[in-house]
Amino acid sequence: MRLELRGMTKRFGSLTANDQISLTVEPGQIHSLLGENGAGKSTLMNVLFGLLRPDEGEILIDGEVVAITDSGEAVRRGIGMVHQHFMLVPVFSVTENVVLGFEPVKSLNRVDYKKATEDIRRLSKQFNLDVDPDAVIENLPVGLQQRVEILKALSHDADLLILDEPTAVLTPQEIDSLMEIMRSLAAAGKSILFITHKLKEVKAIADVITVIRHGKVVGTAEPTATESELASLMVGRDVKLIVEKSPYDPGEEVFEIRDLVVLDDRGLVAVNGVSLDVRAGEVLALAGVQGNGQTELVEAIVGMRPVLSGTISLHGRDITNLTPRKALDAGIGHIPEDRQRDGLVLTMSVADNLVLNTPRRAPFASRGTRNLGAVNDYAVRLVHDFDIRTTSIKAPTSSLSGGNQQKVIVARELSRSLEFLVASQPTRGLDVGSIEYVHRQIVEHRNRGNGSLIVSSELDEVLALGDRICVMFEGRIVGTVEPTVSRESIGLLMAGHTLEATNV
Amino acid sequence: MSDHDVSPRHAWWSRFTSSSPTVVTAYAFILGLVVGVVIIATTTPAVLDAWRGIFHGWDGLPHALNITFNNVGAAYRDMFTGSVVDPQGFWHSLTTGKGWPNTLTPLSETLTYATPLIIVSIGVGIAFQTGLFNIGANGQAVIGGIAGTAFGSMLHMPTIIHLPLTLLMGIAGGMLVGAVPGLLKAYTGAHEVIVTLMFNYVTYSVLLFMVLSTPFQQPGQANDIGRTLDPSAILAPLFGTTSGLRISYGIFVAAIVVVFAWWLLDRSSLGFDFRITGANPSAARASGINAKRVIVLAFLISGGLAGLAGVVQVASTTHYIDGGFLIGSAGIGFTAITVALLGRNRPMGIVWAALLFAALGVGGRNMQSLTGIPLDLATVIQSAIVLFVATPVLVKEIFKLRHVTTNSLQLATTGWGS
Repeated sequence: MRLELRGMTKRFGSLTANDQISLTVEPGQIHSLLGENGAGKSTLMNVLFGLLRPDEGEILIDGEVVAITDSGEAVRRGIGMVHQHFMLVPVFSVTENVVLGFEPVKSLNRVDYKKATEDIRRLSKQFNLDVDPDAVIENLPVGLQQRVEILKALSHDADLLILDEPTAVLTPQEIDSLMEIMRSLAAAGKSILFITHKLKEVKAIADVITVIRHGKVVGTAEPTATESELASLMVGRDVKLIVEKSPYDPGEEVFEIRDLVVLDDRGLVAVNGVSLDVRAGEVLALAGVQGNGQTELVEAIVGMRPVLSGTISLHGRDITNLTPRKALDAGIGHIPEDRQRDGLVLTMSVADNLVLNTPRRAPFASRGTRNLGAVNDYAVRLVHDFDIRTTSIKAPTSSLSGGNQQKVIVARELSRSLEFLVASQPTRGLDVGSIEYVHRQIVEHRNRGNGSLIVSSELDEVLALGDRICVMFEGRIVGTVEPTVSRESIGLLMAGHTLEATNV
Repeated sequence: MSDHDVSPRHAWWSRFTSSSPTVVTAYAFILGLVVGVVIIATTTPAVLDAWRGIFHGWDGLPHALNITFNNVGAAYRDMFTGSVVDPQGFWHSLTTGKGWPNTLTPLSETLTYATPLIIVSIGVGIAFQTGLFNIGANGQAVIGGIAGTAFGSMLHMPTIIHLPLTLLMGIAGGMLVGAVPGLLKAYTGAHEVIVTLMFNYVTYSVLLFMVLSTPFQQPGQANDIGRTLDPSAILAPLFGTTSGLRISYGIFVAAIVVVFAWWLLDRSSLGFDFRITGANPSAARASGINAKRVIVLAFLISGGLAGLAGVVQVASTTHYIDGGFLIGSAGIGFTAITVALLGRNRPMGIVWAALLFAALGVGGRNMQSLTGIPLDLATVIQSAIVLFVATPVLVKEIFKLRHVTTNSLQLATTGWGS
């Protein structure tokens, strides 16, 4: 199947998730869609699969414009999707899952399991997808569950397979066998759209690479492109960020991490022996492609994720494995990566959100009763000082724009008496004006002689803010560099090369 | 958008056409009554007979319509006069100064039924606001009733000490039962819906055991009846026993609970923790709120209020517990779930919702005795109102309401996930 997307645009309110995306997938081609988390890849695929309706643009299948109104239509058109999170019934067998919704029936409307099982055996054999049709899904390893998803798509005669971050959940061995499956599918004439943010896989398997960032196609590349070229395309360079900084004059060491090991939600090692230190009056920028353990590292610092081994200390005091409350009270400020999930209660007012993590501090409350007058006075002051654009301090935070929501968090954190600031992707999804504002606040915090750790996958942000830059790759710090190094060197480090290999 | 431009002349009307939660609730009430009309018209034999007449000729139509209006009108009139006031009786009392007890009986009955319902519904609402589904309020109320009645019936001391202690024992009993799902959810992750639901059966069995065993069973009784409260432990009728009005000092207990709940949810630091946890558990965690503590405390308060409702029910009406205590349609702990939903989990909203439910119940009984239309109609109307409140989109579509942003209506429906 030849699939062509022309000018696909999808907006969610003020956010443009997909902006004029065009790409073509040729029959038998493995087309890789490369981009960071939040770049708009999944939105595009959901549009293509009929789960979302595009605001603009058209989809052409074999040269013919089609309207894909729902996922059933997509399936009939020969599009199959393997979701990042599998859509399987854990207690059903492989056969039952594959035929679910499209069961072959014999007389009296009984499901013809015999025929279904035979169909699956035939398909498995044809595409080298070895899986036992009678096995129960919950007993299968993740790699085999994914094969079932692929089988399910193939059983509906899919000619185009969308694989959404298929390797995110797999072990290296499973990734290798997935790659083989993808090659054999392509050889059989199936087109594959392979969505990922992992550079190595793209280079290993893709025929054509389309890189998207902030919802736009920023370039296409051949698999022969180097990883640093791909990395710099992914993290971008179009926004020039310049922040006035006072001269770098580091004081004593305020924050230290030694040999930290942290697990992710699946119990795999996400942070693998990280050591770093931050000094007073310094911004340490932690660069790296998303998903290399930064999230888990930050969660461990702020007490939201247990530390397996290693230590974290602030002013020489051990703060490893504190509860979030104790970490907050120790003076750790936190600008979370997912502001709507961890940073705000959207249904509550701006004023309430400004005291979200200090509701019991004087003068906001005394003897268990909140002093709403003091809270409101404080909110009025912060809304003014931080230029938060809201109709009222009593307005629900959900009514604010993304940039102003982030300002609420920045105002809250920087107005507490902080010893150390941890900011994760502090400007993701913000407009240029808000980005500049947030950067200025972070730099002022630094100029006052405080230490900060800024985690970002935006190269420009890292270079603009960092006094020193650590690059994280697969759970480790692969290099620490000055902000004067070339983008290419950082790009190489982000792709997992060592400092020696990059010659800086 | 033009339909958002409301000129000052139409500002008054615009209040009735906006889709604010209060307006939606009001329209849901109207729709509930409409459902009631349909049911009366299609199930009452006299009405159906009249409609059969139209097959003999169109002359039957006016008659059929007349009979329908008469039956529906009588049903709703009896519901109103049975639960609020009979205008004729009211006028009689006003002009002659006689018969006030009779005139006030419907209102007194409605308030008597509403009192424990308000208390238990606020308990359920507080749990909802914390993102917790307390389906076991009925069982907590049963144990609260048993604990309070046991204390209040077996001892004798001055009312000023005995009554408060009796009520406190009810709270303690409810807390004890509420603590179990709270602790299980906080420390093992057990889903509170399952645990609280199952505990209703446990508490029912405890009730049956208690009313048939010494020392709780009424001395000299072989039936499933418990001891009667000592006169020093009852919530006395507000206007004295001779008035015949059942309305008791229990409404002051309910008033205190309403003020407490308002303070807890709107003013206290703990309630702020509750609401953050209910609205966004992730942000609650990141803000340093101890989720385990919040879950246990919310269940203690919720269970405590349910227990209080149980003992208030006993102390203000029957003064003893039997094997049918809070069973079936008397199960205020179950009604409380819908009342809290209708009142949008806010103390004053719950007061109005509980009054409405109590009025429908009390008025329904009057309707049943006078017209023969079953009491179940009241339950159907209650259920229909809640269904319409739970589907605001439908109500907005039926009445073409303008859209205003609101998040509060959906509040009670969060929290099922994990």
